[in-house]
Amino acid sequence: MESTIIKSRNFNASFGSNHVVKNVNIDIPRNKVVAVMGPSGCGKTTYLRCINRMHELIPGATSSGEMTINNENIYQMHPIFVRLKIGMVFQRPNPFPNLSIYDNVIAGYKLNGIKLPKAERDRVVEHSLTRVALWNEVKDSLSKKGSFLSGGQQQRLCIARAVAMEPEVLLFDEPTSALDPISTSTVEELFHELKTNYTLIIVTHNMQQAARVSDKTAFFYLGELVEYDETRIMFTAPKDSRTQNYITGRFS
Amino acid sequence: MAQIETELQLLKTEAVNMWTLVNSQLNKARLAFINFDKDLAREVVMKEKRVNGSELKIDRDCENIFALFCPVAIDLRFLLAVLKINTNLERIGDIAEGIAKYVIDAEVPFTQGLLDVARILPMYEESVRMLEDTQEAFEKEDTILARSVFKKDEFLDDINRQSHKVLEKHLKDHPQDTAQALWILSTIRKLERVGDQSKNIAEEIIFYLEAKVLKHRNKFV
Repeated sequence: MESTIIKSRNFNASFGSNHVVKNVNIDIPRNKVVAVMGPSGCGKTTYLRCINRMHELIPGATSSGEMTINNENIYQMHPIFVRLKIGMVFQRPNPFPNLSIYDNVIAGYKLNGIKLPKAERDRVVEHSLTRVALWNEVKDSLSKKGSFLSGGQQQRLCIARAVAMEPEVLLFDEPTSALDPISTSTVEELFHELKTNYTLIIVTHNMQQAARVSDKTAFFYLGELVEYDETRIMFTAPKDSRTQNYITGRFS
Repeated sequence: MAQIETELQLLKTEAVNMWTLVNSQLNKARLAFINFDKDLAREVVMKEKRVNGSELKIDRDCENIFALFCPVAIDLRFLLAVLKINTNLERIGDIAEGIAKYVIDAEVPFTQGLLDVARILPMYEESVRMLEDTQEAFEKEDTILARSVFKKDEFLDDINRQSHKVLEKHLKDHPQDTAQALWILSTIRKLERVGDQSKNIAEEIIFYLEAKVLKHRNKFV
């Protein structure tokens, strides 16, 4: 039976008086890929950023309701601890430009002041780069700057950086929107590999990508969670007419 | 209007045209059969090529829409339904052609007594009506009308079930009708298939509009 890892109950988020996420109730199953889609401004990225408490970094941002990971309230944990458990990958690949590929992978440890023995660091680097199918491509150039890699490789390096911290959940905000179709396809294949060890939540504008990679899909509109179901149901027989209009391109 | 909507609308028009053509074929074959009209029967045989051409065109258009527009939800169900409806319509077209070919080859008109006892004419009329109802249900997106087809099919099934027995009884007194009775039996089987195909089509209409799969299920629950 599938177990829930992230749970939201009556969750709300605002920027000042702008109420952008409204009463969201959702259960994210463990070791699954969940896609979050919806038109621009529907609150999907804000919701994603609430999961690892990135939202509260913005001045004037507030939230209410319950958000848990393994039944522990995320908002009662130390935010650093939350982000160790819940990693995030952004729209544009953002490796640290002045760090080597090797140092980029273990940047999370360095920035959090965690000192690892050299052998352990080497193991984490190799393991993380292998997980994202980048090890064979970069193993002989680990000392080169991460910014020398192609866009697709840089994004996989960022995923390796998140994976290196051994999180339980990985959040992706439009992870392939800056990539070409071949790199997109590589990253999408990676999602299938990664879900054996992690739970993935992906915000995407690309509906075909949501259909290809996710097990479940959530559709947000005007800050509300309109529909959340198995992806195959969402794309063949959605229950809400707003979902149907959106995915068939008849949204006005 | 989104481009896919335009494409789907064009496809719907093509499917309706195919339906009208097949309906006309089935009805003309019926009239040719009743009136022993060999010219009308030849027209049906000649127009079968148009039915085949229409089937290929609809298949190709569906493939193109799948490849170019990646349809989902109701659009996906519509395309899947049209593909299957297309196949069923083409088969009904084949049946109309088969009936027309017999009329062309036959030397004498059917014995009225044999037609009456076999109840083939009311069966034929009902099968034409069923096909018309599916067309109207598709055009008007009317699933209540589509569901009414399931009940009509029972009438065809009943005549089909009894046909062997009633013809056997008739032939005991009229052995000279044997050749015609064999053909009537085969045509009753064909019309029963038209009923099944109309039922399949009605199932596809309901699948497309309501996302419900009725195939291999009791339709009256």
